Amino acid sequence: MITYVASRAIQFVLALIVASVVVFALMSILPGNAAQVALGTNATPDAVAALEAQYGLDQPPIIRYVNWVVGMLGGDFGTSYVTGAAITPVIVGSVQVTAILVIAAIVLAIVIAVPLGTFAALEQRNWIGVTISALSQIGIAVPNFLAAIILVIIFSLTLGWFPSQGWMAPVEGFGGFLLRLVLPVVSLALVQAAILTRYVRSAVLDVMREDYIRTARAKGLTRTKALFVHGLRNAAIPVITVAGVQLATLLVGAVIIEQIFVIPGIGSELVRAVANRDLVTVQGIVMVLVLLVLIINLIVDVLYPIVDPRIRNAS
Amino acid sequence: MKTPRVSSWMAAVVASSLFLAGCSAGASDSGEQAKKDSMTIAFTAEPVNLDFTSTSGIAIPEALMENVYESLVRVDGEGEIQPGLAEDWDVSEDRKTYTFQLQKGVKFSNGADLTSEDVKFSYERVQKDWKNALKSKMDVVDSIETPDDLTVKISLKKPSNTWLFNMTSLVGAVFDTEGTDDLANEAIGTGPFAIEKFSRGQSIDFAARDDYWGEKPAVNKVQFKYFKDAVSASNALKSGEIDVVSNLQAPELAGEFQSGDYQIISGTTNGEVVLSMNNAKGIFKDKKAREAVMHAIDRKAVLDTAWAGYGELIGSMVPPTDPYYEDLTKVWDYDPAKAKDLVREAGIEGETFAFTVPNLPYAKAISEIVSAQLAEVGLKADIETQEFPAVWLDKTFTEHQFDMSVINHAEPRDILTVFSNDYYIGYDDSKTKKIAEKADTGTEEEYVSGMKEIAKTITEDAASDFLFLFPNLVIAKSDVAGIPANRVSDSFRIADLSWN
Repeated sequence: MITYVASRAIQFVLALIVASVVVFALMSILPGNAAQVALGTNATPDAVAALEAQYGLDQPPIIRYVNWVVGMLGGDFGTSYVTGAAITPVIVGSVQVTAILVIAAIVLAIVIAVPLGTFAALEQRNWIGVTISALSQIGIAVPNFLAAIILVIIFSLTLGWFPSQGWMAPVEGFGGFLLRLVLPVVSLALVQAAILTRYVRSAVLDVMREDYIRTARAKGLTRTKALFVHGLRNAAIPVITVAGVQLATLLVGAVIIEQIFVIPGIGSELVRAVANRDLVTVQGIVMVLVLLVLIINLIVDVLYPIVDPRIRNAS
Repeated sequence: MKTPRVSSWMAAVVASSLFLAGCSAGASDSGEQAKKDSMTIAFTAEPVNLDFTSTSGIAIPEALMENVYESLVRVDGEGEIQPGLAEDWDVSEDRKTYTFQLQKGVKFSNGADLTSEDVKFSYERVQKDWKNALKSKMDVVDSIETPDDLTVKISLKKPSNTWLFNMTSLVGAVFDTEGTDDLANEAIGTGPFAIEKFSRGQSIDFAARDDYWGEKPAVNKVQFKYFKDAVSASNALKSGEIDVVSNLQAPELAGEFQSGDYQIISGTTNGEVVLSMNNAKGIFKDKKAREAVMHAIDRKAVLDTAWAGYGELIGSMVPPTDPYYEDLTKVWDYDPAKAKDLVREAGIEGETFAFTVPNLPYAKAISEIVSAQLAEVGLKADIETQEFPAVWLDKTFTEHQFDMSVINHAEPRDILTVFSNDYYIGYDDSKTKKIAEKADTGTEEEYVSGMKEIAKTITEDAASDFLFLFPNLVIAKSDVAGIPANRVSDSFRIADLSWN
């Protein structure tokens, strides 16, 4: 157990170090720099040089890298030379926004997909099972931004139920917060639900073919009861894995939805920082994202033994 | 057996959709009364910070000039100079000394009084501390004196016709001597509004000041909301969440606002959409090659196709609101046959050239039709889309790695900047430089005629193709009043806005 934890911890740290080096190197070879962007089409070479000096961009890369890492170890992501503001509160604020969005989306996706996928598996030879399968196939094919546009046209422009864009923090007004959350969350959730439905369906189908289900049925359980008592836990493992991957993907993948709905999430912040060549902010955001993805993986790993006693006893 | 099971699944679905619907019924947006005291306006370019002294671009002055910061003078919608913080001013006989009388009772938003010391401090700071390259507009200032609290005497090194106009732009902004510590995050000015909240990348909330020296604005709360996506902005207007779209970046959407509920305003800006050619090296160093391009491009078709016909053909680097505007659209007529001949004469038939295109909606749309028209006369464009601003500024603007590009040069009166030797286009300014020098120091008439000559020379040199003037395309609810049709300065003035 100790070796397991230790190896996880080392993996964790190594991943962070590699990510920091990679992102720093990538930003360094990216054409364009922050001083050029800030000065735009009025720039003279002198002005660019002066601003680079003010930003500290004239220092050698290794010194900039070390300064950044040292600051980060103390919990300080530094001050953005482009915005002039401290980066830590920006990241914390935008991560919260994206977390709300993404967690709500994944929960909604699970709430839709688990019953729907199970049902599709149980009814696989029935028209309704086939319909669900077909619909989930279409759902996978629809990109979330298209779903967003369609939802806005129906529920915002035509029916007027929800605002077409915007964000309100829960503390500013909970009703307004929920109202603005619905369309972006549904846009994100629909596609994820479609993908997840297919995984649930095939997981349930696999389980239904297992010997223990046949045994349960032989002992007189109905198909549904056999599935609920013996099958669902077994079907949960692949579903948890996929949901974990989806959650990680959504963290950054929500950026387009954030742009369409003008939501101040981490994806929007990252795009803005890259566009401005705001190196320090980009690095900070990427590090936080790496950290979050690692944490999600950890949670998924921890969930396996909880759900499945066989894994628990094996380790 | 089966039916009840299905219906329980259905019940769950129905229940959850009812829950969602219930959410929408639960909260209602602000009432009519609140609306009349506030206004929300959509913009595209967002300020990364509030400091235009170190960050250039339109976004910051658009939000802050005339609203939060004021200059001694301002420019009105017709391009005329009007009093700002200076109630009045005298120009000396030799046109080298300007004496400004400041308005009385002007207070900064931090409570400090405006004095001549603030003006001196601000203008001396331009040369000393500004990073924005526009600071060169203050180069001509020799000395600033403050005979008393409300008088500022500014002496120029030589007479300048452009200086006073330049003072209407952001270099003229007056700061408090104590108010420049954190310009990136805190804007302290004398204007009718103060910033209540700046949510970076999202919005700026302006609140009208009670202690403003001039006329109080009709709308007390104004929000600038930043939309990356033109469709999102137009949807927000349709659903009533915002009141104005300040400059629609997808003109084809304007057609959806033809009903009486909206007004469509299409005025002028200072933005010349320039099909720039590298005069200094490569295929377009040869004037004949550039002439071929001038004849090959059907500018009307470009405007209609790329920007839905909104905008104005100009034929030169001068917008119609400038005093030295002249219609030069006839200098180069659309004549593909002649263009073909010129291509042959220049010996560049079938040659490929590098066309670097910023990834902006208008630029991408233009690049397609322009390449098609150039292909007609035997020139092959190798289009490279570049991320704007970072990559375009680096590769095209700074390193001059391009033969052709297309960009909206949005600064006011920028003809001399864009067509100077060391700018990316690489125009040989040996002829125009002398004329410019004389025009700036001469009388006003000499200035106008000199600048006209410069504009004409540049157009005749086929230095670049001036495709069209970027429109100021504003869509607003029909009961919004006070939106200026023309964008003459770089600010979006909100003090004049009102509800009908």
